[in-house]
Amino acid sequence: MIDRAQAPAFRQVEHIELIRAKEQVLSNGLKLFSIDGGDQDLVRIEFIFENTAYDPAKPLQTFATNTMLNDGTTEFSSTEIADKVDYYGAFLQTEYSNDQSTVTLYTLNKHLANTLPIVKAIISDSVFPQVELDTLVRNQKQKLSVNLEKNDFVSRKTFSNVLFGNTLYGYDISAADYDHLERAQLLSYFKEAYQPKNCTVMLSGKVKEETIRLVDRYFVSDWNNELDTKPNAFEFSAASGAEHFIEKQEALQSAIRLGRIAINRTHPDFPGFQVVNTILGGYFGSRLMANIREDKGYTYGIGSALVSLKNTGYFFIASEVGADVCSATLNEIEKEIKLLKQEPVQEEELALVKNYMLGSMLGSLENALSHADKFKNIYFSGLGYDYYSRYIETVKTMSPERIMELANQYLDFDAFQRVIVGKK
Amino acid sequence: MVSFERFTLANGLKVLVHEDPTTPMAVVNILYDVGARDEHPDQTGFAHLFEHLMFGGSVNIPSYDEPLQRVGGENNAFTSNDITNYYITLPAVNLETAFWLESDRMLSLAFSEKSLEVQRNVVCEEFKQRYLNQPYGDVWLKLRPMAYKQHPYQWATIGKSLDHIENARIEDVKAFFARHYNPSNAIMVVGGDVKSEEVKRLAEKWFGNIPSGEKLPRMLPIEDDQNEERKEVVKANVPLNALYKVFHMPSRTEAGYYAADLISDILSRGNSSRLFRNLLKDKKLFSDINAYLTGSLDAGLFVVEGKPVPGVSMEQAEAAIWEELERLCTEPVPESELTKVKNKMESTMVFSEMSLLDKAMNLAYFELLGDADLLNSEIQKYLDVTAEQIQAQARQIFRRENSSTLHYLAN
Repeated sequence: MIDRAQAPAFRQVEHIELIRAKEQVLSNGLKLFSIDGGDQDLVRIEFIFENTAYDPAKPLQTFATNTMLNDGTTEFSSTEIADKVDYYGAFLQTEYSNDQSTVTLYTLNKHLANTLPIVKAIISDSVFPQVELDTLVRNQKQKLSVNLEKNDFVSRKTFSNVLFGNTLYGYDISAADYDHLERAQLLSYFKEAYQPKNCTVMLSGKVKEETIRLVDRYFVSDWNNELDTKPNAFEFSAASGAEHFIEKQEALQSAIRLGRIAINRTHPDFPGFQVVNTILGGYFGSRLMANIREDKGYTYGIGSALVSLKNTGYFFIASEVGADVCSATLNEIEKEIKLLKQEPVQEEELALVKNYMLGSMLGSLENALSHADKFKNIYFSGLGYDYYSRYIETVKTMSPERIMELANQYLDFDAFQRVIVGKK
Repeated sequence: MVSFERFTLANGLKVLVHEDPTTPMAVVNILYDVGARDEHPDQTGFAHLFEHLMFGGSVNIPSYDEPLQRVGGENNAFTSNDITNYYITLPAVNLETAFWLESDRMLSLAFSEKSLEVQRNVVCEEFKQRYLNQPYGDVWLKLRPMAYKQHPYQWATIGKSLDHIENARIEDVKAFFARHYNPSNAIMVVGGDVKSEEVKRLAEKWFGNIPSGEKLPRMLPIEDDQNEERKEVVKANVPLNALYKVFHMPSRTEAGYYAADLISDILSRGNSSRLFRNLLKDKKLFSDINAYLTGSLDAGLFVVEGKPVPGVSMEQAEAAIWEELERLCTEPVPESELTKVKNKMESTMVFSEMSLLDKAMNLAYFELLGDADLLNSEIQKYLDVTAEQIQAQARQIFRRENSSTLHYLAN
């Protein structure tokens, strides 16, 4: 008979191997990184542009330029672009984030030669037709009106604005801002930001010599640097904590989001803070989940995270909780933070979190695409692969004393911005 | 191509092994052949509530999550109208921990009152978060009973109402477990950096002596053919009007499914699709429009939904949708457009092979459909669809007497 009460023996993850990106610089200054791996004959090509020239008078300029890239070039209409991409079974995505604007092509290698010229056209020759801009504005305003009915959306938006003010990270977009979008803004932003020297190309999947040759062929010859670019630089000072309550009479649940400006990946404490975050709210077994979901049943989910941005970092805790238990939840969060600052974590819990984090790191390296994501994390923070060695070492050697120290340094409930949307 | 080996234990547990040495991880996916369609009409939402209770400790192991996290693993689960699927990802060196945990909860749960009480609350909060406290969140709670009058697809996985969940008792939980959670009703897929022989040994060791249980025949009512056009109007505190149209269509295992799936791609996949191109971009009638299938094991639904832009009446919006649907019935799809949706299907399949978990889930699902190897011939079924079949399927589906339409209007 087997003893079912007895857990099988197990091992901590010892070895985590990252596939290192190979670097090339093409003759027009275009930086190219590639990660080759996997059996599937496909490739993901990302064209990543740093966000530049932020002007609070034109808060949607960066977003709209990126979103409208597939809406027409000198040569192709938006219909033709869509037809060609879809015909070859490819996926062309534009993605806008706080620090970067990206154009991503997913394609089978056999269709690469047919799909790359489209990408070339949209990142070097987009024309932003007025009629497409009108459609974008109309539809985005409608989308916003729906989102504003979602407490979680409103809490995110309010939280960002409280933390980051009217910078690109925090601007509180309203419907009127869409009305102020003008085609000229997009054309000028496009000219400045979408240049080879402001672009990093990341290839992942089955990357062959032919793949690189095609990129070289399409993205070097007549794509040139013409203007200076000024990457965005923002500075933030941590304001004192406060509550920001937006009442919604009808709410069944309240969305809560608390947190503050913190460190980013370049700071030596970042990996250690991630261990603290994991214990508090970074995984299913975290203290916040165990207490507020699994013990009290106040919510479907609660979590915390540490986010690294180019110009800063921030920490937050978020949940949607029953409107009648909103205040009780806030009290429990405060209690959990106090506990982390005052009492050393038990060895058993710490060992579990360490193993979980190492397993999770190993599991996040599923394929060439995930290895590329790992590379982008360090590259755009100006770090090298030794960051990951340091991360793994920090996780393995973290002590209860150090956790208390970090919790005391970075977690202060009273210093949090506390956004509540719904009922208290 | 996803390769696998298959064996069945004496107690009826089906096991599939997919060796993938390119990863240091392993996946254990267990599909139980039970979903919301197997619930009693007065106890809806139970399959999903039960999924939550599967994490509340088993007969010999007080906590499910903790020992798994301790060995570097993660897990989750989902419930649909058809199935309940549990999955674990963990470093392959610690594979046995997954067998230990999964086999104990297949053997028996702890049936703790505290867990039931807490998970009832958690699921009620999930109900509010996803269905009640969101604009348009309750639309499927309204559409399902419009389209289904006999079949249990008339309720959503979350259940008909909060009180069905609030009323769940521990005896119900025990009965549900005894009925559905046993080896003969489960399919296990183990994938990743694993060896078939080792999986066999572990499966025998941990699952071999679990009593087989009885595989009960499923006797669900068959939905009558719909013979009248159904319409409803609701008003709510939403900012925009929305239009929902659902049609009965073939089940996942019927031949007509593939043509129907391609029709939804022609209408709504990518920026070149007909609804996006014609109704959103060119005619500017909608700010948002989509078509998709429920893809269920019994006869499913073909769904078209959209939000008209201000100034466009619901009648105009509907007429425009009908024009597109009728065009599919009257004109054959051009060859290049058909090639386009088939190419997209092909690349989607190749991309899905990048993920170990996707492969494991797909193997389990296709084994439930009858044979896991169907996964590998799936693409051919799409490639074989002709323009004539598409047109015939469109004519079958897009009939007014086969439709239910919901106008979801802003107050």
